Amino acid sequence: MSAVLNPGVRVRQKIHWTDRTGHLVLGLIALALVLFLAGPLAAILAQSVEDARGHFVGLDNFFAYFATPALLDSLWNSIWVALLVTVLVVPAAFTFAYALARSCMPLKGIFRTLALTPLLAPSLLSAISFIYWFGNQGVLKTLMLSLGIESIYGAPGIVLSQLFAVFPHALIILVTALSLADARLYEAADALGTSHARKFFTITLPGAKYGIASAAMVSFTLVITDFGIPKVIGGNFNVLATDVFKLVIGQQDFQKGAVVALMLLAPALLTFIVDRFVQRKQTSMLTARAVPYATKPSRAFDLAMTAYCAIVLLLMGAVFGMALFASFVKFWPYDLSFSLRHYVFGIVDGEVNTAFVNSLKLAFLTSLGGTAIVFVGAYLMEKTRGADWLRPAVQLLALIPMAVPGLVLGLGYIFFFNAPQNPLNFMYHSMAVLVACTIIHFYTTGHLTAMTALKSLDGEFESVSASLKVPFWKTFWRVTLPICTPALIDISRYFFINAMTTISAVVFLYSPDTRLVSITILNLDEAGEIGAAAAMAVLIAATSLAVCILYLGIGWLVERRTQAWRTK
Amino acid sequence: MDQALQRQDGKTLTAGTAPPGASFLRLEGIRKDFGAFTALRDIRLEVPQGEFVCFLGPSGCGKTTLLRIIAGLEAQTAGSIYQRGRDISVLPPAQRDYGIVFQSYALFPNLSVFDNVAYGLVNRRAAGKTIEDRVADLLKLVGLPDSATKYPAQLSGGQQQRIALARALATSPGLLLLDEPLSALDAIVRVHLRQEIRSLQQRLGVTTIMVTHDQEEALSMADRIVVMNQGVIDQVGTPLEIYREPATPFVADFVGKVNMLSATIEGPGRVRVGTRSFSGASANGSAGRSVRAYLRPEDIVARPISEGDSNVVESKIEKIEFLGSYCLVRVTADGLENQPLTVYLSLNFLSEQNLAEGSALRLRILTERMRIFDA
Repeated sequence: MSAVLNPGVRVRQKIHWTDRTGHLVLGLIALALVLFLAGPLAAILAQSVEDARGHFVGLDNFFAYFATPALLDSLWNSIWVALLVTVLVVPAAFTFAYALARSCMPLKGIFRTLALTPLLAPSLLSAISFIYWFGNQGVLKTLMLSLGIESIYGAPGIVLSQLFAVFPHALIILVTALSLADARLYEAADALGTSHARKFFTITLPGAKYGIASAAMVSFTLVITDFGIPKVIGGNFNVLATDVFKLVIGQQDFQKGAVVALMLLAPALLTFIVDRFVQRKQTSMLTARAVPYATKPSRAFDLAMTAYCAIVLLLMGAVFGMALFASFVKFWPYDLSFSLRHYVFGIVDGEVNTAFVNSLKLAFLTSLGGTAIVFVGAYLMEKTRGADWLRPAVQLLALIPMAVPGLVLGLGYIFFFNAPQNPLNFMYHSMAVLVACTIIHFYTTGHLTAMTALKSLDGEFESVSASLKVPFWKTFWRVTLPICTPALIDISRYFFINAMTTISAVVFLYSPDTRLVSITILNLDEAGEIGAAAAMAVLIAATSLAVCILYLGIGWLVERRTQAWRTK
Repeated sequence: MDQALQRQDGKTLTAGTAPPGASFLRLEGIRKDFGAFTALRDIRLEVPQGEFVCFLGPSGCGKTTLLRIIAGLEAQTAGSIYQRGRDISVLPPAQRDYGIVFQSYALFPNLSVFDNVAYGLVNRRAAGKTIEDRVADLLKLVGLPDSATKYPAQLSGGQQQRIALARALATSPGLLLLDEPLSALDAIVRVHLRQEIRSLQQRLGVTTIMVTHDQEEALSMADRIVVMNQGVIDQVGTPLEIYREPATPFVADFVGKVNMLSATIEGPGRVRVGTRSFSGASANGSAGRSVRAYLRPEDIVARPISEGDSNVVESKIEKIEFLGSYCLVRVTADGLENQPLTVYLSLNFLSEQNLAEGSALRLRILTERMRIFDA
């Protein structure tokens, strides 16, 4: 009765101890995100407004930055290169996606898979390959010279390499956007006798506009924040990403490094915000009543699309095939006979054997730990009740990593974990910090995948369990987890592949004991051992491929065991 | 009227047999705010043991929120809930005693029917054989004895609904909560399951609260109906009371079809509509007061009418809407001044009398059935 007599007092439900346990775990995840994400980012911000001795200097570092012409050149270089790549890659990827989603082209599955294979290798593999094609001893150097390009090192190399590195990322987004079509619109247009071109410009393009915007944003950000490609093929052409590295590792100028890192953060953050906005629009466009679009065969169109996709894949094959080929020749370009020399050199002399084991260890721990944390976190967010003050914070922390370029995150880790007064200082240079950094770096995609999978489950499972007095973790174990295994496998593979191929975040964090194979590529390249660098890049791609096949097998087995209920 | 009838004015109309506090479930002053929006205000209700109660109202009236508050799935902003005299107001769902069936059924898709029904039993560490027997009994009870090894996706919607019911009943809860359990089913299955759930509930004697927006469902299943509108209870009563004696214009309008007429009180029992005066209405109040008179279509009859009957109007048929054995007929009556009436006439009557649109028709108004509300 007291609540009735005291209208000011809100009724508060008692929290069951099982729910308290859930809150505790969610709290721990939040704490981990604060320590390993918010902490390092705050450290960068702090560093950017301090001088070398740690005194607060306001915006002096920023003024100094904008007064340095060389650094401003890099800013301009970064922007125009990223814009150029975006303008080129989005239409190219759109056409490919259009072929996949809207034509009756044969072998679509194979086309799609092949177009996505660049994701298995570090982005700088394409840069290495272009050095073989157009470099000082390149096969097609004379062709390049006749086109008026003096050297592949610099902007031309970066643009070409980025085109190939970014293409699959843009493709994934655009295929999704073009697959979400409502056939009823096209039927209505047909009933009104609309021409193909008009349908394309009035239905297809507007329907995919958010996807196109998203693809453009992602391409721009990927290019501007990528470190490997400009490092390998950039020559004297400076960009923001290489500046950060030079300032921090070369000149030990942490303050200016922090300022440049914040410059990198800006476009990524902007992209992220726009993208979130766009995503919301995109999903609300398709109602439950929409009828999926079915493609109709059309000989000429399908043939043209097949030809286009074949050409794209051929170019891709030329790029990655060259790296593969070069990694196996004895002495480019003089002796093209088969040899494992580069592999032997890389693995033995370059001590890649330990680096390779380290990389596998990192990938394994990241995929295991990352999947567990991401999924448990997403589950507690989506399916449990209470602790309402904690949830928006966790949601924000889970989304931020997508907006943070790897270089920036890695730099933040140096500032944060290398600080002598930080009690976590002991983690610096350890495998643990590499794992933590990599999990955080790729957290958002995993989180969103898990959220999507969880949202597709009936929201009342937990209510039913509570009414049956079954604690939520039993339902998690018996129902949620088995239903979500396909998503779990996806998340785990995503973490594994990215941990294998990532360079940008970990380049600041490795120690002699925790060297990674992706980073040895950079070192080999710097030492002029480009053959060995190519060999190691191929090695990573081959490992990723093997792991993908392994995951396919696991997925198939698990599906048979846990998804039997799906078949009627 | 029922012995424990609550009204929105908060007065408890308690009469006779059941002593206060003997009710199985008691809600006191329940209020729910979502930010600045008040979804429920001052909800008082008592439900006796074994009763089947329907929360009826349009979408957004707060009926599902109220059910979820009883289940503990939402916390009320203020107010208390007592079940069997125990204060459960602040208990989490797991410490309350109820079984629940959702509109979506929420069957675990990756578990067999057996495992679904046994889900709550296994947790209580019952012995394997006991569980098997219990599940078999429950499946027999809901009429699906051979479905234990199937997965939910292999069952029809109606069958899934029964399994959800069996799962909710497995732990023998004191209270069964049904959240629009039939609305996802097609019409024929729905009507069939309606009676099945009702007879199952009567056999088990389990106190049941069902949320529905379907008045037919509520009228045919419930012992008592709680009509809700915009976060308050408008009326609590048996189906017949709700239909015949709606307490508010909203209830009259929401449950069944009704003619709404602007009228004026002329004296005790006398109301004037247009230029016509009618007698025998249960109308009180000062003469000259403007009121609204609510009249069901079936309370305007075409036969029997004898010479000398009062409250008879001459009318002309404007439109006949064919509904099967009955037709919904709209007429304009002399003297009612642009207030058309809707009446039900049987198809047979229409053809016997050779009535069509434009025909003249004499009607008698059962004024004692008229409900008078303030204008």
